[in-house]
Amino acid sequence: MSAEERPLAHVPRAVWLALGAALAAQIAWNAARPAPGRAATDLPPPPSPALLRLAALGEPQAAARLAMLYLQSFDYGGTNERRYRELDYARLARWLAAILELDPHSQYPLFSAARIYAEVPDEARTRAMLEFVYREFLRDPDRRWPWLAHAALLAKHRLHDLPLALRYAMAVEQKSAASDRPLWARQMRIFILEDMNELEAARVMIRDLLRAGRITDPAELRFLNEKLKELEARQGSVR
Amino acid sequence: MPAATLARFVVLEAWRGGLPWLAAGSIVLAGALAAFLSQVALTESRELELALAAATLRACAVFLVAVQVASSTLRELNDKGLELMLSLPLGRSTHYLGRLAGFVACGALLAVAFCAPLALWAAPGALALWSASLAFECAVVAAATLFFSISLGQLVPAIAASAGFYLLARSMAAIQAIAGGPLADASFASQAARGLASAFALLLPRLDGVTRTEWLLYGVPGYGAAAAAIGALALYAALLGAAGLFDFHRKSL
Repeated sequence: MSAEERPLAHVPRAVWLALGAALAAQIAWNAARPAPGRAATDLPPPPSPALLRLAALGEPQAAARLAMLYLQSFDYGGTNERRYRELDYARLARWLAAILELDPHSQYPLFSAARIYAEVPDEARTRAMLEFVYREFLRDPDRRWPWLAHAALLAKHRLHDLPLALRYAMAVEQKSAASDRPLWARQMRIFILEDMNELEAARVMIRDLLRAGRITDPAELRFLNEKLKELEARQGSVR
Repeated sequence: MPAATLARFVVLEAWRGGLPWLAAGSIVLAGALAAFLSQVALTESRELELALAAATLRACAVFLVAVQVASSTLRELNDKGLELMLSLPLGRSTHYLGRLAGFVACGALLAVAFCAPLALWAAPGALALWSASLAFECAVVAAATLFFSISLGQLVPAIAASAGFYLLARSMAAIQAIAGGPLADASFASQAARGLASAFALLLPRLDGVTRTEWLLYGVPGYGAAAAAIGALALYAALLGAAGLFDFHRKSL
């Protein structure tokens, strides 16, 4: 208690009572209210990127991440009864595109698209999300190739759509010049061609890769030489 | 030097008035908010923490400076302390610039304090630039709030005018982009709105181009451009200082 304050005894009894009663009433009122329930609502239409930028007040990176958290809450585990696979995916893609436009460097929207929204057990929705990833990959291939590579794997293993997987793998291989692409991402096309039984095409591709001289890692060279021999052996047995 | 003495007293008043505690509270708030929201992030949790902490600290710094300037200046006005000071053998310019220098120093101290917690996540070079930029942004806010406080003479109008000025300056680029976007028609009203937005943009500082969280997250794209943007803030602070001096000399106190 500072010297400027009078002792507690100076507070009239009625004021003590009023304070206690008001506090008790507040707590009782809130305790009697039901817990906030989850609503089963779909995503609202996304704001335009320009409007989102205006609302960001010059902080697009922070706003983009907050918008992702908001978008993320539209699922069963968040504040909504509706599951991911029940969302309107056309609307969802527009939201993701708007957020990506707000912060083009962020990987969050594409991570969510490729690893969460595309992995729902609904083929049409998976395809819609994979196409979204493909469209956005084309805008910045060097930074966004991991998500299209993942999309190629989903197309191959989940959708069993090898032509689609091949299209994505070719895009990763041809449109991205990122030096940090690992061997599997650069040579994904070979394995898809092999799965499609396009053995000659796969063989020619490995041969061209080896002849181009861009692969210098001894382990990579050994692996590709072994793969080439394996393909040639398989071709021989087919003939 | 009288102006330096005045500036020192302004800083001392802020120090004893609890500004350091408010700054510490802001750091705790920003850290807690960032840590809480990063718990629900699926990826980029480090970037999310950094972006939210930086955005929150920037807003807190500007708010604290504006409220400190407005409350201190208006208390002096209402208590007639300013009139007493003016009776001393000191020029009005010395009074005004001394006070302004003190508030600018408060903003710079806040900028330094607020960059310390961000050092956990951000690269030192980018953080130093961000902190310098925040110091200049606070200087612009201090100059604007001092101008509005002395001109309007009331706390709520002064803070409302400062907040309006700041928010408009931060969103001007987006407003211009919307006004000149492909959906804008060629009607007279639309053209007038575009012209008005452009006219306002000429008079306002480009706060959207400074103290960018992007620098902390992805590195500074060009130090020259960033330094030019910060230099433009210094120029604008000087403009506001001159406008405030003009108004203060005309005021009958």
